[in-house]
Amino acid sequence: MSSKTVMNMMLAFYMAIFFGFLFGPLIVMGISSFNTSTYPQVYPIEGLTLTWFEKLLNDRDMVYGMKNSLWIGMWVVLLSVPLGLAAAMMMSQIYSKARSFYYVIVVSPVLTPGVIIGISTVVFWRDLTTATNSKFLYDGVFLAVLGQSSFISAYCMLMFMSRLNRFDRAQEEAGLDLGASQTQVFFHILLPFLRPAIFSSAVLAFLSSFENYNTTTFAILADKTLTTVLAGRVRQGTTPAISALAVLIIAVTVVGAIIYELVKRREDRERQARLDAAHAAELRELESIEKATLHA
Amino acid sequence: MLSSTGHPFIFLLPVLAFVIFWVMAKFEPKPVGVTKKSFFERNGTPVAIYLIVAVAFWALFMIVLPQLFMVEMSFRPKLPPVEMGGPKDLYTFENYHYFIYGSTTSSDAINWVHIKAFFLTILASLLVALFNFALCYPLAYYMAQAARPARVRFLLLLLIAPYWVNEILRAFAFRIIFSSGGLINKMLLGAGFVDQPIDFIGNDIALYAGLGYAYMLMMIFSLYNAIETLDHAQIEAARDLGAPWWHIHSFIVIPFAKPGIASGCTLVFMLSAGSLAAPLVLGGPRSLWFTPILYDRFFQAFNWPQGAAYAFILLLACVSFVLLVLRLGRLSLGEIAK
Repeated sequence: MSSKTVMNMMLAFYMAIFFGFLFGPLIVMGISSFNTSTYPQVYPIEGLTLTWFEKLLNDRDMVYGMKNSLWIGMWVVLLSVPLGLAAAMMMSQIYSKARSFYYVIVVSPVLTPGVIIGISTVVFWRDLTTATNSKFLYDGVFLAVLGQSSFISAYCMLMFMSRLNRFDRAQEEAGLDLGASQTQVFFHILLPFLRPAIFSSAVLAFLSSFENYNTTTFAILADKTLTTVLAGRVRQGTTPAISALAVLIIAVTVVGAIIYELVKRREDRERQARLDAAHAAELRELESIEKATLHA
Repeated sequence: MLSSTGHPFIFLLPVLAFVIFWVMAKFEPKPVGVTKKSFFERNGTPVAIYLIVAVAFWALFMIVLPQLFMVEMSFRPKLPPVEMGGPKDLYTFENYHYFIYGSTTSSDAINWVHIKAFFLTILASLLVALFNFALCYPLAYYMAQAARPARVRFLLLLLIAPYWVNEILRAFAFRIIFSSGGLINKMLLGAGFVDQPIDFIGNDIALYAGLGYAYMLMMIFSLYNAIETLDHAQIEAARDLGAPWWHIHSFIVIPFAKPGIASGCTLVFMLSAGSLAAPLVLGGPRSLWFTPILYDRFFQAFNWPQGAAYAFILLLACVSFVLLVLRLGRLSLGEIAK
């Protein structure tokens, strides 16, 4: 056997272990949700059933938590994306000596454990609302949105920063020379350029919010989200209804991932088509210039 | 010192920092003859206002002030609400004292349970980070340097897919596999390797596996991004000069990918040390993990100042870890937080 085949076999073996570790647990969970036994198990299969899915839909706490999670996720997207964009645009404009200080502050939520973000949000808003006599702001959903956005905005900021790095300042100058105001440049040049980053950061923000537990469990106070309800259920005992929920989430997210991928591909294709068209136009122009000079 | 003085002081701090930087910027010598546009001219007034309001709100009300309030609270005594701000509300170290020595009523001189849980959490998180690095490095290298683009795209999709599933549900999946009636024990029993189910959950194996699993993606992406920028010609050159494969990795790829390795390990360490879902779901009755103890300070002991103190201890540990990694790797924060 040549060393190349040995290498390939080792690679295949390693890949099998890696992806087995990655997908094994999810597959086991998926199968257990269709099994009739009351304890989530894969083997032996005692019979196929959909009762666990039915149980799930009749679970009032779960459905309530789900609605709350979606609601919070929406607000987190609406808050984090603009905040992340503003923070990224600020990065290049801030006074150079203050920049590293600013960077440490806005990146710190990424590196702070989620529990600490949750705790500090609750402590701060409890004291602030007591001091300013605005107790109505001391609300689980409101605090969860703020707590989650504190680090999700930082994710968005990092995505916007990498996109802004590729922004060609000449476009902005061209706009200004043609008589646009700064505000028009922002809305008609910068924002369209940032559209892919806005899209991806909104998706990322929603997902991070939807699946967050560490921050939410503190910030949500007495209210519930899907993850906090789930955590309570899992701690009480294990039932296949939880596996059923996982199967549903996986199904939804697989569909979501496919749509995301398709949109991305279409955008890539459109961009490629535009580039090709521009390239062709350029070639034609060159050719005509060449012809003109030849004739002269 | 009465702790009612704390809050106004905390609100003054960011203002002070801003004023210092503003004064520094004003007095900085400017190049002669160059007129720079002001912030408002450069962005247009509406956008400039949006930038200032958004950044100020985020940085102050969502990041800096909450953290400072938490730290301040950790130095307060536990008091019933009516006595807050009263004469008994004095700054104290009692919450930190409790972490080390335990309550005055317990018989032990030192609060071993909490201290042990703290160091075990740090150590286990380190091991999880190292294990993740070992597991993910080959795949990251393969994707970044050896595989065709179409395959890389496919692998990335496969890698991301499981992370769209809730953290709690992922931990739950491990519980199903590792529980005493779970798949692995059934297989071991069926094959006759053991005659009694192994208590994977009680001896924390399930917890460590679950933690490793939960944060694998961070490691893969950090490594992949770093290795991808390495020029493949360097590897070819080394190979042509007769370097064995382990020389190529230890003298070319790993030194080159150092920022990525540091960032992956830091992220995994932080996330494991601060993880709450996995220890709650996968921890056994005797498991020692720091975050559940922290959680209980709030929801069982109802001692918020003490919980704040514990949170601050965890934060300090994480900050020291980041600084240590930056120091050891001679890196800047910008290189690892990407």
